[in-house]
Amino acid sequence: MSTLNLTLKIWRQRSAKEKGSLETHKMDNVSTDMSFLEMLDILNDKLEREGKEPVIFDHDCREGICGMCSLFINGKPHGPERATTTCQLHMRSFKDGETITIEPWRSSAFPVVRDLMVDRSAFDRIIQAGGYTSAKTGSAPEANIIPVPKENADLAMDAATCIGCGACVASCKNASASLFTSAKVSHLALLPQGQVERTERAINMVNQMDEEGFGHCTNEGECEAACPKEITVENIARMNREFIKASAVSRG
Amino acid sequence: MALKSNAPDGDIQTAWTRHKFHNLKLVNPANRRKFKIIIVGSGLAGSSAAASLGEMGYNVDCFCVQDSPRRAHSIAAQGGINSSKNYPNDGDSVYRLFYDTVKGGDYRSRERNVYRLAEVSANIIDQCVAQGVPFAREYSGYLANRSFGGAQVSRTFYAKGQTGQQLLLGAYSALSRQIKAGTVTMHTRSEMLDLVKVDGTARGIITRDLKTGKVSRHAGDAVLLCTGGYGNVFYLSTNAMNSNATAAWRCHKKGAFFANPCYTQIHPTCIPVSGDHQSKLTLMSESLRNDGRVWVPKKKGDNRKAREIPENERFYYLEEKYPAFGNLVPRDVASRNAKNAYDDGLGVNGKEQVYLDFADAIKREGEDAIRAKYGNLFDMYQRITGESPYEMPMRIYPAVHYTMGGLWVDYNLQSTIPGLFVLGEANFSDHGANRLGASALMQGLADGYFVAPYTVSGYLGSTTLDKVTTDHPAFQEAEKDVDDKNTKLLSVNGKKSVDDFHRKLGKLMWNHCGMARNEEGLKKLITELAALREDFWKNVAVVGAKEDLNVTLEKAGRVADFIELGELMARDALNRKESCGGHFREESVDTGEFAGEAMRNDEDFAYVSAWEFQGVGNDQTLHKEELEFEHCKPTKRSYK
Repeated sequence: MSTLNLTLKIWRQRSAKEKGSLETHKMDNVSTDMSFLEMLDILNDKLEREGKEPVIFDHDCREGICGMCSLFINGKPHGPERATTTCQLHMRSFKDGETITIEPWRSSAFPVVRDLMVDRSAFDRIIQAGGYTSAKTGSAPEANIIPVPKENADLAMDAATCIGCGACVASCKNASASLFTSAKVSHLALLPQGQVERTERAINMVNQMDEEGFGHCTNEGECEAACPKEITVENIARMNREFIKASAVSRG
Repeated sequence: MALKSNAPDGDIQTAWTRHKFHNLKLVNPANRRKFKIIIVGSGLAGSSAAASLGEMGYNVDCFCVQDSPRRAHSIAAQGGINSSKNYPNDGDSVYRLFYDTVKGGDYRSRERNVYRLAEVSANIIDQCVAQGVPFAREYSGYLANRSFGGAQVSRTFYAKGQTGQQLLLGAYSALSRQIKAGTVTMHTRSEMLDLVKVDGTARGIITRDLKTGKVSRHAGDAVLLCTGGYGNVFYLSTNAMNSNATAAWRCHKKGAFFANPCYTQIHPTCIPVSGDHQSKLTLMSESLRNDGRVWVPKKKGDNRKAREIPENERFYYLEEKYPAFGNLVPRDVASRNAKNAYDDGLGVNGKEQVYLDFADAIKREGEDAIRAKYGNLFDMYQRITGESPYEMPMRIYPAVHYTMGGLWVDYNLQSTIPGLFVLGEANFSDHGANRLGASALMQGLADGYFVAPYTVSGYLGSTTLDKVTTDHPAFQEAEKDVDDKNTKLLSVNGKKSVDDFHRKLGKLMWNHCGMARNEEGLKKLITELAALREDFWKNVAVVGAKEDLNVTLEKAGRVADFIELGELMARDALNRKESCGGHFREESVDTGEFAGEAMRNDEDFAYVSAWEFQGVGNDQTLHKEELEFEHCKPTKRSYK
């Protein structure tokens, strides 16, 4: 284990309506075994002891699965490591003497709540628009009655791995939510259980995404590079196909 | 007060069916919308209950502390979910799952609840598949299974190492459908801070909006608590940072009995602590013990690298001591043996850690096959430790993971407060003194999808409830209590941070009420916790304002409750002078055939301890629910 001396530039903002700015903090003797959020815990502990308000950021499981943590670190969602959420990022990924800039996700569809915490409820509304099968509790048939080709099940699983963190939106110059939305559209389109509502789902979820104020996809692929769960842009292509097919056959 | 389980008598195999027909009244579809049901928590139990009750036509209000219901900590469960489907044709049945679960729980659970759990386990898999949960499949297209601890059959369904995530997203999708349909109103970033009782019955809750600090009142006809366990009493655990016991603890203070608080599960395979900065511990799924071999060096102080230690100088202690189950012994047994190895000075590099080695499995099946099974877990391990499990064994050590204790409930999942139901990890009912792997997901979903919809309807259909609004004095009083408590926390103006207290609490609990407990340590713990509580209220520093976003205030309220709960855990552990499951009393050890193994005392302790609150710092009143074992006769729980 070794230690680092760092300079942090952290975005502070009281609310979506007020202006924010970067605040500088020096951090000495940061252990390289520490996680990025543990480093912020130590900063907050210090601030609280000084009677100051801690830096607000979302976090929960700290195992890279709940999707609650975010942070735009040195211009990259979830920081420099590939396929790694901020909570799983460790300080050994940084160099002694480095300045680290920490900002919230920036998108008009994700308004800042405070400091580094943003409102991602737009994602919930996209799922509510059709990210489900309408299988009522109790109405399900025997699980093995419909075999699913392993390849499709595996592809569905890859798409369903999305943790809904919003890194795709944060990385995109258009703040598009296409990767997030397409992951759910793909997951259900690939399974027999998702077929009945396939048409409506594609149309309703894409429409909701537009309504929330997310931008359009222009095939930059930044989202795939930023995704901590390695969801691929193949899903966006699949969503576009689903949407076009659905638009042609929809009775709505 | 005599505790009545309200479980139906007679044949166990038809008990649930008979109970539903004879004992549980129905509410007709047109009347359901007249009832408001409050659900606290959106994990597997909360989401599945909210979705199911919403679909039935009830008016549901669901609350969670996270920014979305999809983030509840059920999402972090890795390994799988048990079900008695018997797809592998290896001898499983409802009865065997029932038997394994009662035995796994060291004969400290209620047989009839467990039987029902095993019975509905098959429906859960059907339901999840219909929702589009992408379980692992064979090349045939049919569902795949793997093995978990405490079972000799393969009954665990899984989705890579992310089974909890996929099941929760399934329940969340069903919940989302109901939110869209308007049957469920979702309240995110909302924390329940008190229960409101009117005429002895649960009629509402007080919540705090975590974005604005605004405290508000919510009235309803029933309250379902689905708020998870209390593992964070130990500060370091595999629970999420926001997992807390406040909702359950405040219900306890309002009269709900707390059952078996000392039953905590220490999971054998977690990534060891790396330093004082550590904020939480990360689990490595039990499924890894299908292929990983646990060992330590035979020689004390052997600091050679793992690969340099020859086979005959390694102590594969689980395989040697428990040949029938080997590395797949239940969690309590595996954890205790890791502790024994460390206590004997055999910990890897002299630290609290042992090896979990995949070299043989990689040699046997190839790296690709192992990557396909555990790739995401290996990656996670490498991200945290900087070491590759493909090249060297994992270093693991036990950590607090799950709490079997919880609010006492009857067969209907109703607490001692009428109208307050408790589901999932928050209740005590199904796992006895030790939970088997892949059974938590099963219980959360069983309670939410298939039990509560019937029992809550039964309650509403057979109870006359007066109309209550939030103007009722009981709401005013509860809101005032919440406000007073927050004012008090903010006015202490001490010098120690909330985390200082939480860390200290965790250390005390881990040292005296962790993997091994004894009378002297527990007595000392009770004294020290009382002192810690007093120190907290004199010296804690809580910055910020009451009516504002304030994470310090949130934490402070939770830690204050954890300290009180810790005291109860210690008292319960002191009372239970036997070793069972996760509760190991050093005074109660076998000296005969199973020398050194935990020794249960069925004569004196075959009961559920249900504690009634009597004021902070006071002894609580113990009520006993005697346990009867008609089908699973308590025997020495041997995995040899």
